[in-house]
Amino acid sequence: MGPLTFAVLAVLLVVSALAVVLHPNPVKGAMALVATLFVLAVVFVFLDAHMIAALQVIVYAGAIMVLFLFVIMLLSLQDDLPEGGGRVGLRTAAWIGGGALACAVAWICLRSPLGAPPEAPQGYGGVEAVARSLFTDFLLPFELTSILLLVAVIGAVVLAQRRGA
Amino acid sequence: MLDQYVGVILSFLLAAIIVAVMVSGSMLLGPRKRSPVKDQVFECGNAPSGPARGRFSVHFYLVAILFIVFDVEVVFLYPWAIVFRSLGVPGLVEMLLFIGVLAVGLAYVWKKGALAWN
Amino acid sequence: MWGEVGIAAAKSLAVLVMVLNLCVVLLWVERKGSALIQDRIGANRANVFGGILPFNLGIVNTMIADPIKMFTKEDVVPAGADRLLHFLGPFLAVFPVMVTFAAVPFGDVLLIGGREIDLQVAALDVGLLYVLAMASLAVYGVVLGGWSSNSRWALLGGIRGSAQMISYEIAMGLALIGAVMTYGTLDLQVIARAQGEYLWGVVPAWGILYQPLAFFIFLVAGIAETKRVPFDLPEGESELTSGYFTEYSGSKQATFMLGDFAEIILVSALATTLFFGAWQVPFLARDGWYFPGGTHLAMPQLAVAALQVASFIVKVLLLCCFQILVRWSLPRYRYDQLMNLGWKRLLPLSLANVVVTGAVIVLAG
Repeated sequence: MGPLTFAVLAVLLVVSALAVVLHPNPVKGAMALVATLFVLAVVFVFLDAHMIAALQVIVYAGAIMVLFLFVIMLLSLQDDLPEGGGRVGLRTAAWIGGGALACAVAWICLRSPLGAPPEAPQGYGGVEAVARSLFTDFLLPFELTSILLLVAVIGAVVLAQRRGA
Repeated sequence: MLDQYVGVILSFLLAAIIVAVMVSGSMLLGPRKRSPVKDQVFECGNAPSGPARGRFSVHFYLVAILFIVFDVEVVFLYPWAIVFRSLGVPGLVEMLLFIGVLAVGLAYVWKKGALAWN
Repeated sequence: MWGEVGIAAAKSLAVLVMVLNLCVVLLWVERKGSALIQDRIGANRANVFGGILPFNLGIVNTMIADPIKMFTKEDVVPAGADRLLHFLGPFLAVFPVMVTFAAVPFGDVLLIGGREIDLQVAALDVGLLYVLAMASLAVYGVVLGGWSSNSRWALLGGIRGSAQMISYEIAMGLALIGAVMTYGTLDLQVIARAQGEYLWGVVPAWGILYQPLAFFIFLVAGIAETKRVPFDLPEGESELTSGYFTEYSGSKQATFMLGDFAEIILVSALATTLFFGAWQVPFLARDGWYFPGGTHLAMPQLAVAALQVASFIVKVLLLCCFQILVRWSLPRYRYDQLMNLGWKRLLPLSLANVVVTGAVIVLAG
C-alpha cells in the first residue's frame, strides 16, 4: 500500500471517526460509524486481508450497526450535546487522558523502525489460508466462540423478557 | 492480488454517480413550492398525531441480536465450506459441534417464545 | 495498466447500463404482465407529442412518460426531516445493489486482438462474500428511509422492513453455503465454469441438480429480501400507507422503486449463476459445439461469447418473470407469519441442508 493510498484512507478514517464522536445527531453519528467501518474494511483489503475485509462489512457494518440504529431509533434518542459543554472536571480529565494517549502512541510510532513490511506469501489473507489455520491451529477458540454466542443469545432473551414482562 | 479490485472501485464510482444523479433529479428539476400543508407528514387525511418518536416493542432488539449471532455463525461456516473436504470427518464433527451449540440457542429462543410476535 | 483500467471501466459501465435497462424493461413487463394476469389491458394511453404514433403504446407510457414525470415532480421533504438522511435513504437502498453486480459473471471470455477479457467486472477471490457484504448494506436504505421521514408510520414501516430483511439474510447466506460446499470456492466465475461439466455425458451439471433445496430456500429468502409480495408488509400495509417510503416523492421515490427491480434482478442473477449454470449453454465450449454423439461444430469465438451472454440474460429474465408471476398470484403474509417463516422454517431447513450436504460429501467422498 503506497503512502498516497494510505494517506487518503487515513484521512477518510479519521474524519468519519471524528464525525461519530462530535456530531450531535446520534443517527448521523451511527452512519458515520458505518462509514468508518467500511473505510477500515478497505484498509484491510490493501493489507491483503481480503476475507477479513468482507467479514468486517458483513458482521460489523452490516449487522452490529443495524442493532445500534435500532436502539437509537426505537429509544428516540435526541440530539445530545450537553448544555454548556459538560462539567469542567470531566472535560479536563478528557483532555489530559487523550493527550497522554496521544503521547504514548506517538512515542511508540517514533521508536519502531518504518521499513517495508515483509512480502506476504501467496494466498495470504484469502479464504483458504484463514480457513485452514482457523480449523487446525485455532480450533479451541472456534468452538469456544459458539459457547460465547450461545451465552449472548440466552442473555439477550432473558433481558428482553424481563423488560417486556 | 489487488488488481482484482479495480473493477470494484470503478463500479463504486460509476454507481455512486448514477445513483446520486437519480436521487437528486427532482431536487434539481422539480418545482419548489413549499406550503405548510405539504410539510406535514401523511396520515391519510388526519392531522399529524404527534411526534414520530414513541416506544416500540422489544421484539425488534431481539431480532437484531439474533441476527448478529447467526450472522457470525454463517461467517464461520463460509471458510469451513471452502476447506471441509480436506478436513475430513474430524472437520465435519467440529462443525457439527459448532452448529449444534447454536441450534441449542435457537431452540431456547424458540421455546421461550421470543420468536413469536404478539 | 491504463488499458486494464479502461477495460474494467467499460465492463462496469456495460453492466450498470444493462442493469438499468433491465429495470425499465421489468417495469413494463410487470405492468403488462399483471394486467394479463388480472384480465385487463394495463397502461396503453400515452403517445408522443399528442399523436404522432399511429397507436397508443403502454410502452411509451412506462418507459418515457413515467420517468419524465418522476423526475420533474417536486421533491417534498417533510418539516423536521433531516435533508441529508432523506437523501441517503434512497441512495443506500440502490447503491449497494448496483455495486454487487461487479462480482457477477455475465459471460466466459472475450478474445479480442489476442487479449483475453474475462466477462466479469471484478474477479474477486471472495466474490460471494462481497455479494453478501453489499446485500447487508442495503438494509440501511430502508432504515434511514423510515427514520428520516419524521413520521411514526414511516418509522414503523422502516423498522419492520429492516427486521424482515435481516431475518431472511441469514437464510440466504446459509442456503448459499450449500452451493459453496459443492464447488469449493467463493469466486463466482469459477463456479460458473464448473457448471460446464456434464453428468453421464449428457446432462449439464447445473447447480440445481446438486442443491435443489438450497435453490428453493435461496429463492424464497431472496424474494423476502426484496420485500415484494408475498412479503411486502413493510410497504403495502393499509395502515402504513406506503410504509417506509411514504414521505418520498419524485425521483427519490423512483429510486426506491428502481432499487426494488434492481434487487429482483440481483436475486435472479445470483440464482442463475449458482444454480442454473450462469452463462453456460449446454454443449457449447469456447470454440464451438461439442455434442454428446461426438460431433463438433466450430464457431467463431465472438459468436460463442455473444450466445453465452444472451443465455445469461435470458435465464435472468425468466427468473425475474417468475418473481413477477409470484407477486401477482399470492396473497400477502402477515408479519408474524413472515417472521415465523424466516426463523422457524427456513433457518433450520438451511442448516439441515448444510449438515446433510457436508455429511454426504465427506462420507461419500
